Amino acid sequence: MLEFFKEFPEMSRVDLRDFKNSIDFAFRSFSRNYGEGIESFFDPVLWFLIWLEKLLLATPWPIIMLVVAGLCYLGARSWKLSFGSILTFALIGYLGMWEDTMSTIALISVATLLCISIGMPLGIWMARSDRVQALITPVLDVMQTIPIFVYLLPVLMLLGIGKVPGLIAVCVYAMPPMVRLTNLGIRLVDKDILEAADAFGADKKQRLFGVQIPLALPNIFAGVNQTIMMALAMVVIASMIGVRGLGIPVLQAIQNQYLALGLMNGLAIVALAIIFDRVLQRYGKRLQKHRIGSKND
Amino acid sequence: MTNIKVSIKGLYKIFGNRPNYAMQHVLNGITKQQLLDEHDHVLGLKNINIDIPAKRLHVIMGLSGSGKSTLVRHINRLIEPTSGKVIIDGENVMEMSQDELREFRRYKASMVFQKFGLLPHRTVVQNIAYGLIIQGISEGEASERSLRWIDQVGLTGFEKHYPAQLSGGMQQRVGLARALATDAEILLMDEAFSALDPLIRTNMQDILLDLQEELHKTIIFITHDLDEALRIGDEISILRDGEVIQKGDPQDIILKPADSYITDFIKDINRSRVIKIGSIMEKATRASGPKLVSNTSVEEALQIMTSADKSVAAVVDTKGKTIGKISLEVAITTIARPVHDNKEPRYK
Repeated sequence: MLEFFKEFPEMSRVDLRDFKNSIDFAFRSFSRNYGEGIESFFDPVLWFLIWLEKLLLATPWPIIMLVVAGLCYLGARSWKLSFGSILTFALIGYLGMWEDTMSTIALISVATLLCISIGMPLGIWMARSDRVQALITPVLDVMQTIPIFVYLLPVLMLLGIGKVPGLIAVCVYAMPPMVRLTNLGIRLVDKDILEAADAFGADKKQRLFGVQIPLALPNIFAGVNQTIMMALAMVVIASMIGVRGLGIPVLQAIQNQYLALGLMNGLAIVALAIIFDRVLQRYGKRLQKHRIGSKND
Repeated sequence: MTNIKVSIKGLYKIFGNRPNYAMQHVLNGITKQQLLDEHDHVLGLKNINIDIPAKRLHVIMGLSGSGKSTLVRHINRLIEPTSGKVIIDGENVMEMSQDELREFRRYKASMVFQKFGLLPHRTVVQNIAYGLIIQGISEGEASERSLRWIDQVGLTGFEKHYPAQLSGGMQQRVGLARALATDAEILLMDEAFSALDPLIRTNMQDILLDLQEELHKTIIFITHDLDEALRIGDEISILRDGEVIQKGDPQDIILKPADSYITDFIKDINRSRVIKIGSIMEKATRASGPKLVSNTSVEEALQIMTSADKSVAAVVDTKGKTIGKISLEVAITTIARPVHDNKEPRYK
């Protein structure tokens, strides 16, 4: 009798093994049967990622620098930022990280686009229904807290090593803020303004695109920003499953204790993050110029 | 009154989880307080019946919590009633389908809000054009039509500004122009000027009255301010605890307050300025003394009579025909504040 309290009554070892085996077996047969189908489902994304990476690598570096500076200026309207980004890219190139940086930019761009195109509609859907919100919130919690390797495993079993599983790993981690902040932004839209839209006979589409999304933009923008930051943070993990980019040298540095290599590539990731962040934030602020009481033209 | 535009019939609104159940108690004569204490439901509106004639400015007045904002939101069904009808041009708004209701809101009734309800990311022109955009009119044509209203409400030069750059009074002019731009026949104004400071409020009232002279909309104006109600209203309905306690034109309300609640309300009013001699004159076909048009205020009449040193004046209509007479004594008595026999308890 005392035994019962001393040790937790567990499943018998044999049963437990069979239980685990049956799950493994079921998933294996699932991935054998459907793996290829699922893989081909991601083909367009893969194709786009490869195309973008090739494009970035094939474009002569001065043109890339000009484009980066131009985009910085368009987004932030700041010469300082444009100049700073040119300097950063020049340093990255000079220190031999140009190609890896281009690969990383390609990955981040595709991952971010994917997160926005899935995360934003999901967030809008959540904002419209409390039930959907109650359903999706725990899923987002899982996505953000589950150890990355745990969900990498089934993805790897299903799709093998390569760019697509890397992209999925990045997106699983980076998408939640996009969903959450879209949801939050739309829920925070001033009820009085929505009532006015209703009183003028706006239908659901007019409410969404004319009032809710424009007014939620600051939050949606914060979501995009967070998504990019988190995607960059995943670059090293993604490199473990065969995604090219700045993560690979970092991984090598960890395995071989190359301090300088790790530091340089790590700092290159940080530099990219800072440039993305500053440009996006300034752009977001410019979109919100009507919020400030100042005169505009 | 002929040509009723908006007819509210037997309108009830009960807030709570089971309004239909609570409705039975209300029909059985339970009071608002009892309903709240015993059944945890709030009686918002109780058996409201108001007929609003076309092309007039009808004021619904009441203090906060009287249900006036709830009432106006029933007219375009932003709030669903527990029971009752709102009939506009022979059609019951409460029975419209979602599509019909949307059409109704787009073309028939527009609204002005206490907190303006402007879209912060759209400029003044774009805000005024909003109702037109919703109607499906192209952005270009809508802005063009809006420009006319910018001029009407005196916002020329501010077309490209954003609402946050404007003062409250200017923002509400945008709100007014936006509501007028849709050419809706009915204009619902929910405490439209209450958030503005007194000088600007009077100024906005003037703008509204000027526009109304030209446009002849059916305006339903909600306010808690009796001065405002008396100043702009053709007709006034006074609401208290979700019930209409008096309906009438401003003269009626001042000269014949229905109960001590309203007496209390009107005691601070400058009677000599509000009361017109037409409503206190003695009918006559001939009279001596200076000729005064019937809508002259008592204040003005007194001034004219005393300076002419006459104790009687003739009251004439707009064509100059004598319709009555008024004595100095009657005019002075009218100004004296009525003492209501306070048999019923004073309203707290």
